Amino acid sequence: MTLPPQTLAEQILSHACGRPVYAGEVVTCAVDLAMVHDSIAPAVIRILTEELGASGVWDRERVAVAIDHVAPAATIQTATAQDGVRRWALEQELPHFFETGRGICHQVLLEERLARPGLLVVGSDSHSTAYGAVGAFGTGMGATDIALALATGQTWLRVPSTVLVRARGELRPGVSAKDVALFIARELRADGATYEALEYHGFDAFSLGERTTLTSMAVEVGAKAGIVAPTGAALADDEVPEWLGVQPGATYRRVLDVDLTALEPQVAAPNFVDNVTDLGEVAPSERVPVNVVYLGTCTNGRHEDMAAAARILRGRRVARGVRLIVVPASSQALQQAAEDGTLSTLLAAGAAIGTPGCGACIGRHMGVLAPGDVCVFTGNRNFRGRMGSPDARIYLASPEVAAATAVTGYLTDPRTLASLPA
Amino acid sequence: MTLTPPPPRSVPTRSARVWRFGADVNTDQIVPGRFAPYMTSEAELRKAPFIEARPEFAAQVQPGDLIVAGNNFGCGSSREYAPQALKLVGVGAIIAPSFARIFFRNALNLGIPVFEADLTDLADGERVHLDLEAARIHTAGGERPLPPPPAWMREVWRAGGIVPYYRAHGRFPGVPGR
Repeated sequence: MTLPPQTLAEQILSHACGRPVYAGEVVTCAVDLAMVHDSIAPAVIRILTEELGASGVWDRERVAVAIDHVAPAATIQTATAQDGVRRWALEQELPHFFETGRGICHQVLLEERLARPGLLVVGSDSHSTAYGAVGAFGTGMGATDIALALATGQTWLRVPSTVLVRARGELRPGVSAKDVALFIARELRADGATYEALEYHGFDAFSLGERTTLTSMAVEVGAKAGIVAPTGAALADDEVPEWLGVQPGATYRRVLDVDLTALEPQVAAPNFVDNVTDLGEVAPSERVPVNVVYLGTCTNGRHEDMAAAARILRGRRVARGVRLIVVPASSQALQQAAEDGTLSTLLAAGAAIGTPGCGACIGRHMGVLAPGDVCVFTGNRNFRGRMGSPDARIYLASPEVAAATAVTGYLTDPRTLASLPA
Repeated sequence: MTLTPPPPRSVPTRSARVWRFGADVNTDQIVPGRFAPYMTSEAELRKAPFIEARPEFAAQVQPGDLIVAGNNFGCGSSREYAPQALKLVGVGAIIAPSFARIFFRNALNLGIPVFEADLTDLADGERVHLDLEAARIHTAGGERPLPPPPAWMREVWRAGGIVPYYRAHGRFPGVPGR
């Protein structure tokens, strides 16, 4: 008997469950990789040892621990908490422990090839959907779920139905993967895929970084996972299991078509990720003054994002009264930027460079916002108070828009900058 | 002659206050990142819920009070300390037409009753009775049914969360695979 065709999410969860499963079933299945970061690890370790009474993790090789949320530690409190996490990881002899400065957990797990096509990855961070960039089922969970996964090697979940995002065409210059991610939020809205998976077709030309921009933001439309079809040059060096691939006839609850060629630069205005319009439509009659530009995060802090900003900033200076903060997503991204001159260009333009990690994305350190600040942010959330003061305003945009804005001091379409004097 | 025990009381004697919230309440509003236990302490968490969005909430909320909100409650981060803060102050249940999935899961894991129902016509400050067993709310305007939770969800609530559930059953609520 042939089985009905499956979505990518159904295929991966079927593999993890050891039997064919379909949308709607509540299942218990095996976890391939569990990730925990410094912000949640103290709670996870407490639940694991005190509430569950576990002496260790189920499989050292399948656990990753990253110090990235407040790295380096900003206060005695966080330093002490991190010390506890570090001691635990060393005691447990966990081979995949990533210290301060290595970078954001999601980027590091992709670089280290711990997240791979077809795996079920659970992480103590909502942006764990990022692992879908390599065709993994990545999903975020809270401390209790992660502690249970570490103790048992299992988790339970409802097999999600799937919304298909289907692209055609090619992005034009000045338009990037971030604009696609924001456009998806604009169309689906913040709860458009709640309890569901996103599956992305037509992105074969996208780099791994561009795919990660898309999948890291799957959670911003409520999705449990966001999985890019595991084909194209970006996955040429990855081993894609023979059972994983787009199956014609799989059931999609909704299809969203995206015409990449027609796409304009997008911007999410305060205070909601789905408050998205074409950049050209934001206050068209007046300029939106901006005094902070922040380039970084798991969504847009990679080498290619810094390089895209550097191309715009080359030979230019950050406008007076504006601070440009660049926090690379990983040490590897920073090293690449140092090697190819991107870093010099950013510094020459007046950028401040932070330690690779999450930085001010969660409003804890390394560039938090003051009341009245207006920030253009390459990250993934513009909630009130997200980056510091609840009286700051955050616009989400691409690295290209961020760089152009840093030069002018107001929200700027990078395509208009060519006509301005360098 | 034996005494017949009185029928179990399904309606709590004490009424609960409704705290009304809008749609898309995110976890940064419930507990801003800088109030994470990691940044402060577990003790501080009790003061944190809605500290900016609704500054009077933490001081005035009483055990058993209900949060009634619009769509997509709890969207944003995976921080379990958001529902944990609501549990610390004794929130009796959260009722919204839809929840962000990680929040829903975290609340269930901690044993906080969550119901997917649209009660946004209730007013802030209204007094109601929640009958958890019968999945009903008694309001001044009459009785409102809530979607009955599946048996396994009730068991998780009854156990006091997923950890005690797991310890008691040796398994998760989901249907096991291989």
